[in-house]
Amino acid sequence: MKSLILVIVFVVSTFLGYKIIKKVPSLLHTPLMSGMNALSGITLLSALTTTALSLSLQSKILGVLAIILAMINIAAGFGITHRMLKMFKSGKDK
Amino acid sequence: MSSILYYIICALLIAGVLTGIYLMSKVKTAAMGNLLSCLCMALAIILTLFNYKIISDKLLWISMAIGAIIGILWILRVKMIQMPQLVAIYNGFGGAASAIIAMLILSAPSALSVFSKTTAQLALITGMVTFFGSIVAAMKLSNIISQKPITLKGHQFITIFSLVLAFLMLILSFVFDLPPVILISIIAVLSSFFGVIFSIRIGGADMPITISLLNSLSGVAGSIAGMAVGDLLLVSIGGIIGASGLFLTQIMCKAMNRSLASILLGKTSLASNNAIKEKEENVDEAIQVKDPLEVLREAKKVVIIPGYGMALSQSQFEVKKLVDLLESKNIKVDFAIHPVAGRMPGHMNIILCEADIPYDKLNDMDSINPVLESYDVALIIGANDVINPAAREAEGTPIYGMPIINADKAKHVIICNYDLKPGYSGVDNPLYKKKDGVSLLLGDAKETIAKLVKDIG
Repeated sequence: MKSLILVIVFVVSTFLGYKIIKKVPSLLHTPLMSGMNALSGITLLSALTTTALSLSLQSKILGVLAIILAMINIAAGFGITHRMLKMFKSGKDK
Repeated sequence: MSSILYYIICALLIAGVLTGIYLMSKVKTAAMGNLLSCLCMALAIILTLFNYKIISDKLLWISMAIGAIIGILWILRVKMIQMPQLVAIYNGFGGAASAIIAMLILSAPSALSVFSKTTAQLALITGMVTFFGSIVAAMKLSNIISQKPITLKGHQFITIFSLVLAFLMLILSFVFDLPPVILISIIAVLSSFFGVIFSIRIGGADMPITISLLNSLSGVAGSIAGMAVGDLLLVSIGGIIGASGLFLTQIMCKAMNRSLASILLGKTSLASNNAIKEKEENVDEAIQVKDPLEVLREAKKVVIIPGYGMALSQSQFEVKKLVDLLESKNIKVDFAIHPVAGRMPGHMNIILCEADIPYDKLNDMDSINPVLESYDVALIIGANDVINPAAREAEGTPIYGMPIINADKAKHVIICNYDLKPGYSGVDNPLYKKKDGVSLLLGDAKETIAKLVKDIG
């Protein structure tokens, strides 16, 4: 039952994401992409839980590695997206 | 925490992320959208730590801090031309994280349900493919390995075969009771091999497609890992990212006139053999009818069409000076940007924004093409295939049918390219031989534009 719900959530999210992303103009595709990329670091959540629950030293080390990698993905992703969006200036602002 | 409360907060966070993405569809709200997504992510982390009662686990906090510091330090000095490889690398990291989690789940001593075991193996496959595919792409983009497509004998067969084997292992894991270490190793090796072999064949101009596809894959990997551990947030947000990457991939494929299947299956439809032979053809530069300087001075409306060549020579700052100069002479200047200009979707836009060129001057192909006739000059800087009229006229060439910016419709065309070699597609550009209404300014774009600025001013 729970598996089924997860699969349904996946399908619905994919559909919603597709609908919303269609609205983004090509001007903003690079920031969109790096923002999305930052979000894909969400895999951090599973890294946190599996690391906390793992018992052996080996698993802990692997888990810590996963957390660090996912966190680099998140921090670099949001950071660079922010930096990029700051560069967008309108000609009318001047 | 009660599970109902947990699910309600999850739903709110997902809605927050979707709103964040929605805000990214307009320049004015995009920065806010990014911050909202970032905030939702932070809340999701705290919610998860709280829900699993692991909030006091110091090891987790230390690891997160290390990752965050590395990430921030890394991006401080990145130039905009390096965006594609940066995105590729940290995309790969996300994939690797998902793969590691899958390994941990598979090697757990407790028995796994069929659903968990299947999804964990799928996450391992997609994670490894994402990681190795991204690393190879990043190395290609930063010229550590050749940007040219590298093909092996029977490439297509090897590509498909390695992926089929990986999935076969997945099925076999339910028939035979393999020790987790062996199972993980075999699947990891096969899918890493697939990742490498898949992206090693992709060349420079196909990069936007590869990057979008890998972006999509990293989302899917996270989502499947989420299914394996039963985490709602992960499944949902991973799915959204998967969809976004796939959508961008579609746009890129359309703009390059290629089908996704032909790229996935390792067909390089691009002609490379007829390309090199004809490059020696003499172009008599004395025939130039009009002086490009005169043409620019007399123009009322100019459209600039940049390509990756502009980014490579880092001449966007010179281009900005040229724009300011022309505008001071009451000449209207616009930009026309092809969807695949650059090495990732939208790449050219941010390179121009980096040089302080206002974004409202940047027009996409579909909005500029109908009005191109009204421009006196089309100034092409380091672009070739995306303005090649052969795409409209020369049936049978690899780029035939590809949507292009109709630069040749402008009254006069000035081409500032490095040389007269055909672009990535290997198709000769008839504009180079056309003498009437076309001026060629060959050489490094940075110097060419700087000279233009000096001579006009």
